[in-house]
Amino acid sequence: MNAIQLADLHKLYGSVKALDGLDLEIPLGSVFGFLGPNGAGKTTTLRILAGLAKANSGTIVINGKSVQPFTANLEIGYLPEDPAFYPWMTPIETLNYFGGVFGLKSSECKTRGNELLQMVGLKDVAKRRVGGFSRGMRQRLGLAQALINRPTILLLDEPVSALDPIGRKEVLELIESLRHECTILMSTHILEDAERVCDTLAILYQGRRLLQSDREALMEQYAAPLLDLELSNGQTKELDTIAEQLKKTTGIIDVKRNGNVLRLSVRDIKTAQTEVLKEILAHGWHFERLDVAKPSLEEIFVKLVGVEGSIQ
Amino acid sequence: MSFITAFKKEWLEQRRTKKLLVGVIVLTLFGMTSPLLAKFTPQLLSVIPGASAVAGLIPQPTINDAIAQYIKNTMQFAILLALLFGMGSVASEKEKGTAALVLSKPMPRSSFLLAKFAAQGLTFLLSITAAGIACYYYTYALFGALDPLNWLALNGLLLFYTLIYVAITLFFSALVRMQYLAIGGSFGVLILLGILSSIPGWVNYLPDGLVSNAALLANGLTVAGWQSLWVSLAILLAALTAACLVFRRQEI
Repeated sequence: MNAIQLADLHKLYGSVKALDGLDLEIPLGSVFGFLGPNGAGKTTTLRILAGLAKANSGTIVINGKSVQPFTANLEIGYLPEDPAFYPWMTPIETLNYFGGVFGLKSSECKTRGNELLQMVGLKDVAKRRVGGFSRGMRQRLGLAQALINRPTILLLDEPVSALDPIGRKEVLELIESLRHECTILMSTHILEDAERVCDTLAILYQGRRLLQSDREALMEQYAAPLLDLELSNGQTKELDTIAEQLKKTTGIIDVKRNGNVLRLSVRDIKTAQTEVLKEILAHGWHFERLDVAKPSLEEIFVKLVGVEGSIQ
Repeated sequence: MSFITAFKKEWLEQRRTKKLLVGVIVLTLFGMTSPLLAKFTPQLLSVIPGASAVAGLIPQPTINDAIAQYIKNTMQFAILLALLFGMGSVASEKEKGTAALVLSKPMPRSSFLLAKFAAQGLTFLLSITAAGIACYYYTYALFGALDPLNWLALNGLLLFYTLIYVAITLFFSALVRMQYLAIGGSFGVLILLGILSSIPGWVNYLPDGLVSNAALLANGLTVAGWQSLWVSLAILLAALTAACLVFRRQEI
C-alpha cells in the first residue's frame, strides 16, 4: 500500500512548468528520498502535499484518501527548507501553539513538547527565545514541530542542506531514528544524505520523475565504481598526460580531471586499484591518495539524462 | 477552537512585541495632553515673545475645545498605529515563512486572519480606554465633569473608527506579500475616504461621519443620522470578508 500517490500532477508558475505530469508512489513506512537538482519540482511537490500550494491538475491520494487543494492534513508533519518561527516565542511555547492547532489539550501539548525538545536536543534551551537560535537549532525545532501531531507521514524539504557537518549528522540521525514511526518523504539534492537514510529513491528533473527505485538497485544500476587519484602538487602540468595514460589502462572506463584529482570510472574496484598502482610505480608518479569515491548525484543524473546537466 | 488557539498566540504577540504597550502609552499621552493643551494654549502663547497679541485673540478655552483636541489627536495617532501594527500582520508572516508553518497544519485561514483582527482590536480597546480615562480625568480637573455615557459613546465610536482601518490594513496585508505595499494600500484608502468626506454632504455616509457624531455626542447634542455607522460597519465587514476570501485560495 502507498502512503502517498501522485498521478499526473501539473503545476504552472506563469509559463514555467514546475511540475509536468509527476507520478509518484511512496510506499507506506518507507523513507523516501526525493532527489533532483534545484528547480526540479521537489519543493513544489512538498508544498502541494502540505496544503500550501495548489496543483493545476492531477490527483493526490494520501493514506487512501483523495486530497483537496489547500487542505492541511491531520496526518502530515511538514518541515520546510528554512523553517521560520516567531522570534518572541520560546521553543516550548512554539510547540504548545502548534499542538493547540492540532487540537491537543494543554497538558498533552506540554508533555509532547518536552518529549520532542528532549529528542531534538533543545531541552536546555526550552525557555530561551527562538529569535537567538542558530540555523541548526531552528532546523531541530522545525523537526520537533513537524512531529507534534505524531504524523503518519513526515514531509522534509532539504532538512540538512544548510547545516554544518555536525548539525547535518545530528539531524540525519534524528531522521533515521524515525524510520519505524512514520513514512518519511525527504527532498534533497545530496545523494550521500539520501543514500544514508533513504530506502527508496526517486529522481526528479524538470517536474517529472526520471526514475523510482530501491536504493540498492539504483546504486548498483547507475553508480559505476569510482576511484579518486590525487597526485602531488609538483605534477600538475603532467596531469593531462597521466590521465591519457590511465585511460589506456586495463579496467578503466573513463578519466576526468578535477584540480589535482583524477576521477576514474572503473569496471571493478579491486582490479582497477591494482592496475593503477602498477602504472604509478612503472612511471614513477607521486600521489597523495587513491580512494574509492562515492558517485555524486550529478554523475547519476548525467547518466540518466545523458547530458552534462548543471546541478547543485 | 482553532480561533482561540490563534487568538491566544496573537494576543501574546501584541504583548511580547510591545504593541500593546506602545498603543497604551501613545494614546494615553494624547488623552492626557489634549485637555492640558486646550486649557493652557492661550497662556503658553502669552509668554512667547511676539505671540502675546495672538493669545489675546483666542477665546477662553471650553470643555468643547478639550474634546475636539482629544478627538483630533487620538484619531490621527490611532489610525497611524492601526496602519503600522497591521501592515505586516499577514504580509510579513508570508514573507518570513511563519505562515507556511502554521497553515500547513489544520488552522483554518479565516481563523488565522480573524484572530489577528481580534487581538489588534483588543489592543486598541485597551489603548483607547486608557486614553479615554486619562482625558476624562484631566478634562474634569481643568474644565468640569463630562457626561460619562456620552464620553463612553464617543470613545466607542473612536474605537470603531480605528477598527475600520485595522480591517482595511489586514485586507491589504493578506492580499500582498510585502509590508510596504500593505501600508501603501491602506494609506491610499485613508486618503480616498478623506477626499470623499470633503465633498459636501458625503461625510454623513462615510466613516469620518463617525468622528463628527462622536463630537456631537460628547457635547451633549443630538445626532441627526447614523448612516455613517452603517456604512462603516459595511466597510469593516467587507474588508474582513475580502481578506478571508483572497487569503483562502492564496499560495503561501
